[in-house]
Amino acid sequence: MTVLEKFLSGDQAALARIITFIEDRQEKYREVLARLYPQSGRAVKIGFTGPPGAGKSSLVNSIARLLLARGHRIGIIAVDPTSPFTGGALLGDRIRMVDMPTDGSVYIRSMATRGSSGGLAAATGNVATALDAFGFDFILIETVGVGQVELDIVDTCDTVIVVLVPESGDAIQALKAGLMEIADIFAINKADRPGSENIVAELNMVLELKRNKIEWDLPVIATEAINNKNIDRLLEKIDAHLGYIKTSGLFEKHRREQIKNKLFGVMQFHFNNLIRQEIGRITDLDKVISDIYEGKSDPFTVGESLLKKISGIQPLH
Amino acid sequence: MSEKIRVLLAKPGLDGHDRGIKVIAAAFRDAGFEVIYTGLRQTPENIVNAAIQEDVDAVGVSILSGAHMTLFPAILNLLKEKKADQIILFGGGIIPDEDVAALEKSGVDKLFTPGATTEETVKYLREAVAKRKRDEKII
Repeated sequence: MTVLEKFLSGDQAALARIITFIEDRQEKYREVLARLYPQSGRAVKIGFTGPPGAGKSSLVNSIARLLLARGHRIGIIAVDPTSPFTGGALLGDRIRMVDMPTDGSVYIRSMATRGSSGGLAAATGNVATALDAFGFDFILIETVGVGQVELDIVDTCDTVIVVLVPESGDAIQALKAGLMEIADIFAINKADRPGSENIVAELNMVLELKRNKIEWDLPVIATEAINNKNIDRLLEKIDAHLGYIKTSGLFEKHRREQIKNKLFGVMQFHFNNLIRQEIGRITDLDKVISDIYEGKSDPFTVGESLLKKISGIQPLH
Repeated sequence: MSEKIRVLLAKPGLDGHDRGIKVIAAAFRDAGFEVIYTGLRQTPENIVNAAIQEDVDAVGVSILSGAHMTLFPAILNLLKEKKADQIILFGGGIIPDEDVAALEKSGVDKLFTPGATTEETVKYLREAVAKRKRDEKII
């Protein structure tokens, strides 16, 4: 029996092997994904993002427990950073997710970013496809601790929760572009700390401007993950958001956009490989570089002509 | 892309002395491994379940409480029971020589005792993972 056949029969160890295979981009991994993709698309994907130490893992843990209590099967992907210096990683999100049932109703996978800088690993979307195809009802995806511009999560999830803490800053921070624009729901975690009412009020004030323009009310929930406080309210808002995007047509629109991005991603991947593969055949790269270095040529002219040789396509201007 | 060494580090049982395992976690991270650290007071069930979900090459366990003759066999048995005994089990702690011999005979791949260097553990894990062959067909 192949690992893929075991996967299809519901074997969680085979799921784990398939994920490694996808993550390592081992030979034929795209063939595996092509087989799994048609069975995906059913799971709801919820993203948790925010600065380091805000309590993302603890919130994922708490929400997962409520979803399990409803009888759902949950897949969790928790991403932590890879060292750019050594290639190693310390993946510690599981510490916050102890005592989960071991009956197969929940599957947790830690992933390292492996060089990606958008808050997720390059393979996170593909791993989510595998979890989806395996039959989980909900996939909870947790990014690395982010700053303002690591926004890959939007392209992977249906609902995005931005997790902040009372110390996360004032209204000006909330007005800035990036992270604050991608939230469907805000969770102000560790709300037992001083200042939580202030940040909730300031955030609500800034969000009023945006709420007027859209039909979704961008809720701000003060939570205490470790005390299990307001987690039920957070889940109510997740339910409400999923209901909203499904009735408004945004769900389909967003998923279509994700498919488009995936399609472009696959083509770009192949095209990059094609360039790497063909460049040595069509030109003497060292000589081209020397010519440019010595001022006999420039990268713009040479780049265009090499691209035309590889693809037969004259680049657009 | 090359295959990464993935290793799960855990502390089973009731002792809370996690300094050693954190030093090992940092050394493994610096060696380029992906280290999944699950923290204190893990049951053998939790450790084996996590090791399977994370598809790790090896599980490293630190025991300083004297419960090694119970906990290591419990983890080994569970790995066998779940057909996951391709996962290497190694560990460290304050363990008498005769217990080290007995445990290594029963299937714990390697035990480190006080005085072992982080370089030794890194070298050991690299070699142990390289030696292991997987007999599987993906597709």
